[in-house]
Amino acid sequence: MELKIRNLLDLTDVSQGDITAILDTADSLKEINKRRIKKVPTLKGLTHVNLFFEPSTRTRMSFELAGKRLSADTINFSPGASSLTKGETLLDTVRNIQAMSPDILVIRHRMAGAPHMIARAVPTPIINAGDGAHAHPTQALLDMFSVREKLGRLDGLKVVIVGDITNSRVARSNVQGFTTMGSRVTVCGPPTLIPKGIERMGASVSYDLDEAIKDADVIMTLRIQLERGSGSRFPSLREYSIRYGLNSARLERAKNEALIMHPGPVNRGVEISPEVADGPRSIILEQVENGVAVRMALLFLLCGGKHEDAN
Amino acid sequence: MKTLIKGGRVIDPSQGISDQRDVLIEDERIKAILEPGSSADHDEVFDASGKWVVPGLIDMHVHLREPGEEYKETIASGSSAAVAGGVSAVACMANTRTVNDNASVTDYIRDRARAADKARIYPVGAVTRGLAGEELAEMGELVGAGCVALSDDGHPITSDLIMRHALEYCLGLGVPLLSHPEQTSLSEGGCMNESHVSTELGLAGVPGAAEEVMVARDVLMAELTGGRLHLQHLSTEGSVRIVRRAKERGVRVTAETCPHYFTLTDEAVRGYDSRFKMNPPLRSEEDRLAIIAGLADGTIDAVASDHAPHSSVEKDVEFAMAANGIVGLETILPLSLSLVREGHLSPSRWVELVSAAPAEILGVEGGSLAPGQIADVTVLDPEEEWIVEASKFYSKGRYTPFQGWKVKGKAKAVFVGGALKTP
Repeated sequence: MELKIRNLLDLTDVSQGDITAILDTADSLKEINKRRIKKVPTLKGLTHVNLFFEPSTRTRMSFELAGKRLSADTINFSPGASSLTKGETLLDTVRNIQAMSPDILVIRHRMAGAPHMIARAVPTPIINAGDGAHAHPTQALLDMFSVREKLGRLDGLKVVIVGDITNSRVARSNVQGFTTMGSRVTVCGPPTLIPKGIERMGASVSYDLDEAIKDADVIMTLRIQLERGSGSRFPSLREYSIRYGLNSARLERAKNEALIMHPGPVNRGVEISPEVADGPRSIILEQVENGVAVRMALLFLLCGGKHEDAN
Repeated sequence: MKTLIKGGRVIDPSQGISDQRDVLIEDERIKAILEPGSSADHDEVFDASGKWVVPGLIDMHVHLREPGEEYKETIASGSSAAVAGGVSAVACMANTRTVNDNASVTDYIRDRARAADKARIYPVGAVTRGLAGEELAEMGELVGAGCVALSDDGHPITSDLIMRHALEYCLGLGVPLLSHPEQTSLSEGGCMNESHVSTELGLAGVPGAAEEVMVARDVLMAELTGGRLHLQHLSTEGSVRIVRRAKERGVRVTAETCPHYFTLTDEAVRGYDSRFKMNPPLRSEEDRLAIIAGLADGTIDAVASDHAPHSSVEKDVEFAMAANGIVGLETILPLSLSLVREGHLSPSRWVELVSAAPAEILGVEGGSLAPGQIADVTVLDPEEEWIVEASKFYSKGRYTPFQGWKVKGKAKAVFVGGALKTP
């Protein structure tokens, strides 16, 4: 299986065919994670570098497990912001790593567009593991994988994403991914957290969560940054939770089989109540589980050509 | 010493000429405009056949970075870039390191300009000490030392009261106040236009209203004080609308825009390339078209480049961290001329925008080829095609959004005070 893309920077130009290929590959790799010996030799001898300029635990760990279970030499490098204060630029850092001949780079950075800049500077395939408020394509792919696995399709579904859309790379990538696959996506939140022109990306906008979830097949809540409660975008976390928090009472209005998702980490009692997060419709932990399979699929597909040469 | 510029098409709105004429220069002044083929005593001839002969371009918004950031540009390299671009005079902004907020810096700039001996350099002094927006700089001393205008460019004057007093105080000095209109509480953290493009790119946006709020405030202050307000780098449809209404009401206000605002839109930012990052940011297509309409109908008086050179240290970094600013001295001529080719402007209107109006706003010589005027003349070939190649710029700045563009219109000669200058 070969993808049209050679980097995964965002989902803007990723075709339905490529997304389907990634999800199908993840499907076939998923069972490896259920074995007692969770390792196959697929990427043996290839070097996979996780370059996390922004702190992350679950995404980094997920990528690390994905690489290791495929037998890649997985290296983690987390310069944080410190290299910037030491005076080394992003490009210098990346060129230094490039000099050590990695086969694939996984980049997390707090600034939008950083992976694009790196992709222009080095020839190695790049996977964006989240850049600022721009994109988090692997999260969107694992979300699509999880929904497809549960509901058997993506086409024709209604997906509601509720929360701080303005600052969310997860929302942007999910809007693009689900839309490409034929779902209808509604983003919901207070108007101050809905970015201008999001409709141009294919989403509908709602300010009324009760209305939006009525006929939803999927309800995805996003983390509200606790520190944002003090700004002028909304009055308080308390008011946010009343108007946009997902709780059992509110969920009564939704379809019985609607899936509840969250990219984590969860603020229990703010954007989602504990009963809903832990309830029967929640697939939050399955998202995490599927993340490893989806990232294995991406490492495999984007390193694929080289792997055959190595043999 | 008499020089005859012969065989060209003279375009000079100050005399209503747009036709074949010869220009006779004696020493540093224009001696006469002659019918083609008339005989006149001369020592040198410049053959301008097939070319346009216009009053020297005056770029009223330039950053020369000296003193303090000579690795980005010097007065010498910037004046060479000006001459290469067909620009005979520039006004250089005060945000150097040291800030031009006292006469010793102004003196230094003028000394360096004399030593470079290329384009005319008109220093612009700071409105407030250290550009901090808190207390007035010694504006009288700055003007006395040779500053032709005052501006905190790069730093908006956020206090309404300081703006009021600065405009009033300038009245007594006979110079304009050049205002950088930006409401920082709306623009802070933003690095591109706020639009569906910023949403898609996940970059924090600067809404057009961040400019328009201050354009409106400045217009109100100009109305209150009667001061000479000049608005810098207008980029939005709303700003054009506010200035147009103000002018209709008779408020004393002038305005400039820059080639990138009528040539590019925020769509160019896709790709996160810092060559497309400046302040104000590239706006929408509606804004771009409104800027062109404003240039055509006289709402906007001048085209300036906002030449703002930076090095790779400031530019080859993450988009949000990259410095604002692009170079423009060597591309202002073809980019503005394209508005003539596209039928938005007459050649005479173009000369007003790039030469006559800047001279009038700044109260400096030039902008006219009438006999007796200073002999600052640009000869250009409006049809010559060339490719923008930043590595060949005379400027030390290499960051232009027009890298690789095929453009039309090239300066062939620049006379400053009757002397032919080479870059």
